[in-house]
Amino acid sequence: MIAFDQVTVHYDDMAEPVLREVDLTVEEGELCLVVGHTGVGKSTLLGLVNGLVPHFTGGTLHGRVTVDGRDTADHPPRELADVVGVVGQDPLDGFVTDTVEEELAYSMEQLAIPPATMRKRVEETLDLLGLADLRHRALYELSGGQQQRVAIGSVLTAHPRVLVLDEPTSALDPAAAEEVLAAVTRLVHDLGVTVLVAEHRLERVVQYADRVLHLPGGGRVEPGAPAEVFRTSAIAPPVVELGRLADWSPLPLSIRDARRAAAGLRSRLAPAPPPVRSRPAPRSADTAGAEGAVEDAAKAPASPVLLTARGVTVSYRGVAAVREVGLTLRAGEVTALMGRNGSGKSSLLWALQGSGPRRSGSVRARRVGGSGGGDPRELSAAAARRLVGLVPQTPTDLLYLESVRQELAQADAESAAAGPTARELLDRLAPGIDGATHPRDLSEGQKLALVLAVQLAAAPGVVLLDEPTRGLDYQAKSRLVRIVDELAGEGRAVLISTHDVEFVARAADRVAVMAEGEIVAEGPTADVIVASPVFAPQVAKVLAPLPYLTVGQVAAVLTGDGGRV
Amino acid sequence: MHEPKVTGTLPTRHRPGARRVPDGRRLARALHPLAWWVWALALATAVSRTNNPLLLLLVLAVLGYVVTLRRTEAPWARGFVYYLYLALTVVAIRVVFRAVFATGTTPRDHFLFALPRLPTPDWYAGIQIGGPVSLEALLSAATDGLRLACMLCCIGAANTLANPKRALRVLPGALYELGVAVTVSISVAPQLVQSVQRVRRARRLRAGHGTGARALRGIVVPVLEDALERSLRLAAAMDSRGYGRAGSATRRSRRLTGALLLLGMCGLCAGAYGLLDATAPRLLGLPAMAAGALLCVAGLRLGGRRVTRTTYRPDPWRFPEWAVAGCGVLSAVLLFVSAGFDAAALNPSYYPLSWPTLPPVPTVAILLAGAAALLAPPPVAPERPARPVPPAPPGASARSGARPSVRPSARTSARPSDAVPARGAGEAETP
Repeated sequence: MIAFDQVTVHYDDMAEPVLREVDLTVEEGELCLVVGHTGVGKSTLLGLVNGLVPHFTGGTLHGRVTVDGRDTADHPPRELADVVGVVGQDPLDGFVTDTVEEELAYSMEQLAIPPATMRKRVEETLDLLGLADLRHRALYELSGGQQQRVAIGSVLTAHPRVLVLDEPTSALDPAAAEEVLAAVTRLVHDLGVTVLVAEHRLERVVQYADRVLHLPGGGRVEPGAPAEVFRTSAIAPPVVELGRLADWSPLPLSIRDARRAAAGLRSRLAPAPPPVRSRPAPRSADTAGAEGAVEDAAKAPASPVLLTARGVTVSYRGVAAVREVGLTLRAGEVTALMGRNGSGKSSLLWALQGSGPRRSGSVRARRVGGSGGGDPRELSAAAARRLVGLVPQTPTDLLYLESVRQELAQADAESAAAGPTARELLDRLAPGIDGATHPRDLSEGQKLALVLAVQLAAAPGVVLLDEPTRGLDYQAKSRLVRIVDELAGEGRAVLISTHDVEFVARAADRVAVMAEGEIVAEGPTADVIVASPVFAPQVAKVLAPLPYLTVGQVAAVLTGDGGRV
Repeated sequence: MHEPKVTGTLPTRHRPGARRVPDGRRLARALHPLAWWVWALALATAVSRTNNPLLLLLVLAVLGYVVTLRRTEAPWARGFVYYLYLALTVVAIRVVFRAVFATGTTPRDHFLFALPRLPTPDWYAGIQIGGPVSLEALLSAATDGLRLACMLCCIGAANTLANPKRALRVLPGALYELGVAVTVSISVAPQLVQSVQRVRRARRLRAGHGTGARALRGIVVPVLEDALERSLRLAAAMDSRGYGRAGSATRRSRRLTGALLLLGMCGLCAGAYGLLDATAPRLLGLPAMAAGALLCVAGLRLGGRRVTRTTYRPDPWRFPEWAVAGCGVLSAVLLFVSAGFDAAALNPSYYPLSWPTLPPVPTVAILLAGAAALLAPPPVAPERPARPVPPAPPGASARSGARPSVRPSARTSARPSDAVPARGAGEAETP
């Protein structure tokens, strides 16, 4: 179906080719998972399939890419639209029309398909993706999962033989992502569509993949069966990491397989309580595997409260986004805020920082040393910033200068706080960013680090992060876990809103779950996220009823014993 | 997907009788946008023939009536009131200018007040600023302004009654790119507003004080970069979905198309001038208009060949469309004809000052245009989610809407014949 013959892609502004001499064949009806870190050429590989690379992006293509017998060098994307359908990361970016029905018909209109056929295909697609009830609705008022399904449907109506999905679920909450992936697997099984999908959160798709295209870097592409590739790949979902750790063979890719293989491991782990992640002062350091059970951590002397919110209500034109929420953030504690899209997480963060609207309720923030503080809403923007720092969902909204150096200098000028300069902070968060780089050229993780450094320059005691995991790969997420740990270790209170369960399991001490603007569950991470089948991380699902959350905990116990199961 | 031949073709037979359901209420559907535009433009042309304030006010009343009765709940349909404000502004500006640049008052006029007179240099002697202001001058300025205001409101009514995006789809293939450019900019504008709000809010996070150019830069740079990235992604998406697939155009045919269209437009402009301005030579009117139109049609046909595309659920053109467009055109024709017989009533003079009369034929003509409100089918009721969608919280994207509940009435099956619920009445008449 898709054939790469000695393909090398070279962008003009880069020294090294992005892809080097790639030979690859994707058969009809395969679901191929493209795996790799940010910047190894995943998007380039996907773009090659429908000719967006190099027709739209520029750069030089050596070799031949043929899709259904057509050479992409001679066929620009629009001439391949009847063979390849492309769905991007943010569905809203690709919508051309206003309503669901018109969007589904758009591709067909361009392909000059007869009206009667169009009419029939739209009805079929509405049913296939469960969109029939939404047919006349405006696109922007749909939920994220619905929008992504419309985006998939809008390319499906043209009956493409190949579907290319570039991180289709990265902006979605777990339930909406399931909805989209279920739709994709159904297409593969029912219609035999060939699917190429890149996805950061591998844990969701790996079990459906027929083949994995692993991009280890250096422009190479290594195709292989999932169980083989993940045995050695640098990135892997937690269930695979657990399998590697326990040396299971064949490597399990789904929770179901892993649970069947894990009986021995469970009995091995059962006697010892799971270790608590260790963290430097102010919290008393618990060593791994020792008596640092969750209960003990709760009994430890309470660290000072840095932010108290009572009865916070936020409403937009009479519709409550946040309803009488109370929250306490303590020094040295990482709290995760979870909940589906639109449950009021962002509104709550903005209200706590004082920059967003707040209808009623009170927020009181204190300085780390205990001296001074107040309601950030009533303070000046500069003073509020020294108490509570917020990194918004689109961090680039805060950046407007030409280079990283200028941004950092501006941050120091704005903050006027004693302490490390913004440059020192940035080097600690993400070392090795050249000061002359334009902020827009940084990777997602680096942008996040830059904005975090800008906000930390004011030395706030409370740090709020709004969906920082969006668009980060495994490496960047691990780095973020480390950063968050350090922030907490310095005695700050951290509140993170996120959809990423695995990230929460590794980074957060406490979890609050929001629904319809109210906090419906709040407590220590282990208690809250294990209790829910949707929110439980993979390790918890495999090892239930043992209260393990991360591969790291299991590894600590196993290596502590010095043996394997 | 397996693709069987479609046997049940879409019903296209024209049976006005079937449009009535047993309880006597007509099925709601959207009127063809072109019908509304023809109606409104015809009415605007009719307006150009009269200066009678009573007739002009009658036109405004008719416009208001039709708009209130036949507009939808869509965002573009809430704009008529702004056209009214614009109309008022036009009248006000006209009157103020006439008062300031008062010229041509005769001794027999009714003087109201005098403005202080500004001395003008000798070389500027043609225009005097300030001086006495008469009632007649103000009244004639007001009626002139009112006529222009009426024309504006006609355009406004068309924009309010017809979905602009559907109207653009009527454009011939040759102008397709233009239509898409307009469509994209229509959809980008609200996103830009959202983006500005988001960045402004984010500025406080950085305590971005400072005013003037610096503060503006802090907002403009992120917003523009955002908009640029967004448009690039949209362009890539449109390209991968087949937008702009090549038809059968050669370089020569494209140049020919351009030349034909340009000449045609010139002809249309000259024709319109000849028709609308009563002092222009007779020959300039209809012949130039016809020649221009002919050239344009030829150009569009030729250009249309290079775009091969089809339209999904095209708006039907049936009896109500004929009726609405027809009554607009008829009223224009009536006014044009009666201008020959009853010029004084259509354009009453203020010298001497007298109350204008309401000439019967033009009055009937304008009321006839108002019949469009009854001839057009009722607009489709808006479809609402079960609970109001809260606006996006700061920093969040627009997807944070409420999850809609299932509307049982909209359940449809996949068979094309019965797939359309009541709202799509235009396409699915029950046999």
